[in-house]
Amino acid sequence: MKTIYLDNNATTKVADEVLEAMLPYFTQLYGNPSSMHTFGGQVGSKIRDAREQVAALLGALPDEIVFTSCGTESDNAAIHSALLTKPDKKHIVISRVEHPAIRALCSHLGTQGYKITELPVSKNGILDLENLENSLTPDTAIVSLMWANNETGVIFPVEEAAKLAHDKGILFHTDAVQAVGKIPINMKNNVIDMLSISGHKLHAPKGIGVLYIRRGTKFSPFLIGGHQEKGRRGGTENAAGIIGVGKACELAAKNMDTENNRVKQLRDKLEHELLKKISQSRVNGDIENRLPNTTNISFEYVEGEAILLLMNELGICASSGSACTSGSLQPSHVLRAMGVPFTMAHGSIRFSLSVYNTEEEVDFVIEKMPAIIERLRGMSPFWNQEGQACTNQ
Amino acid sequence: MWDYTDKVKEHFLNPRNVGDVEKPDGVGEVGSLACGDALKLTFKLDENKRIKEAKFKTFGCASAIASSSALTEIIKGMTLDEALKVTNQDIAQYLGGLPDEKMHCSVMGKQALDKAVENYRGAPSLEPGAKIICECFGVTDKEIERAIRENNLATVEDVTNYTKAGGGCGNCHDAIAQLLERVKAEPKTDAKPKLTNLQKIRMIEETIEREIRPSLKHDGGDIEISDIIGNRVIVALRGACSTCKASEITLKDFVEHRLRELVSPDITVEEASK
Repeated sequence: MKTIYLDNNATTKVADEVLEAMLPYFTQLYGNPSSMHTFGGQVGSKIRDAREQVAALLGALPDEIVFTSCGTESDNAAIHSALLTKPDKKHIVISRVEHPAIRALCSHLGTQGYKITELPVSKNGILDLENLENSLTPDTAIVSLMWANNETGVIFPVEEAAKLAHDKGILFHTDAVQAVGKIPINMKNNVIDMLSISGHKLHAPKGIGVLYIRRGTKFSPFLIGGHQEKGRRGGTENAAGIIGVGKACELAAKNMDTENNRVKQLRDKLEHELLKKISQSRVNGDIENRLPNTTNISFEYVEGEAILLLMNELGICASSGSACTSGSLQPSHVLRAMGVPFTMAHGSIRFSLSVYNTEEEVDFVIEKMPAIIERLRGMSPFWNQEGQACTNQ
Repeated sequence: MWDYTDKVKEHFLNPRNVGDVEKPDGVGEVGSLACGDALKLTFKLDENKRIKEAKFKTFGCASAIASSSALTEIIKGMTLDEALKVTNQDIAQYLGGLPDEKMHCSVMGKQALDKAVENYRGAPSLEPGAKIICECFGVTDKEIERAIRENNLATVEDVTNYTKAGGGCGNCHDAIAQLLERVKAEPKTDAKPKLTNLQKIRMIEETIEREIRPSLKHDGGDIEISDIIGNRVIVALRGACSTCKASEITLKDFVEHRLRELVSPDITVEEASK
């Protein structure tokens, strides 16, 4: 059975070009980039190239790029550094829809004497900058807001938010794991201090992340060890991973137009057709300020995990915001923060596309989804009652 | 990834006995849309008082659907007394086991069966004179009126926040609006006087009994007061609530909220350590 992969916000395929760039650095050019000999040193020069490739995608300077092991490490490093370099400040501002890498970290810090403000979002998942401004206090060390939401694709106005924080001397970090490679980002045009990237979300392998640290920002390392990454992150470099993420960033820059045109068109077609063919369905999240590849659709009166399992039978991969997938019956914190009605939240499916998806794949999903939803609604005790009730109105 | 047995998958993909039995002898409904799963079980008896036909409708994940399918297969041909002896473990076993976090799905099947038998045997399930207003969450007019009265609720949205009523399909919004009007026309009573400790403890007990337990029971859970120390109310959650991942939210957003509204704003609710 062919796999139709529409779960690219979870992880992505390693691009062929990326794999090709990495392969020599496992069995042939395996030297340690810190070594004195040429055999190791040549790896170091390749890492320099990768740093430049990442910097180029972000409009950053190469020395502002620090390689880490994943997005979660980048997020942890950013928050820890802010708290260590501003030791007298005990307040952190985040949003209610942050990724667990930030939310769980902050709720842990909440038990360690830090005060955490979680900003609410509107029913479309939009952040109110006035709320942000009102939440900032002289005690605030850092504001951390995601650039784009992993579940809905909704984009936050992080550049304006960073300015608000900066005006009050507060550090600003953004988890840009879902945004980098999908929408243009230019660090020359904003005052964001730190930004997290995860390699595997943009066709590099798992196990490599990036933390952008603006030049001049005080930084205290999270992993303490050797002098690697100019003392900002100890540990022997994941050379192959770094070279992979460098290549992936170069590809992302090249594919930016495709992403925002062809991928967006496919996403729009998928969304439009599903809403048209399946009654009582709706999109979660603001449809204007959104990543080009993501749509989160709720199908009323059916449960997400059951939908996913029937899709799975056809080789279609996606995700659900219904938490029965994770063992708890609570809908996702993102959908709850947006106040999505329970009748809708439990039946939400996230489709996230990539440049590797084809129109045939999207057409196949459009063809198969209505029967899947109909089949489950046929079993749902709410559907008949509602169906009849609705015709009475 | 789903850790389901082939039997669970098979019953999910080809569920037996989906639908409603025509002119059923017993009907049992448990769960709600808000909980994320719900089951309606209907059955019909033959002339020997054995279950001739049993059908289900389920909103929920794959294992909820498979459990419902399994249950209807298991109970066919049984007397009601035999059927009542079927446990959720029997359902799980029939399916070759369920992942731990999915055991509530089999519990739900068992609860629906109990309710359906109760329904057949004529056990009272509603307080006398009460009428269901919100079909989605099974909230009665009496419950809604009480919530309006005691909390000075003004809008349908308030009622939904306090009782869940109207939070599903929304078809009962007009009926809720009428109840709001009716209560508004009633003469007002005076504000609450300050409570003695004894009064407070009694009020907490009464409030839990009247306002909280029925809702939890409706979802297959239960609550017990372990201790009351000053304004700290220590409770234990039972039944479906004790395994529910959302129990902390139940405690804070529901139990504590209600007690603060109805007894004293200083109350905090804690869960007794298990």
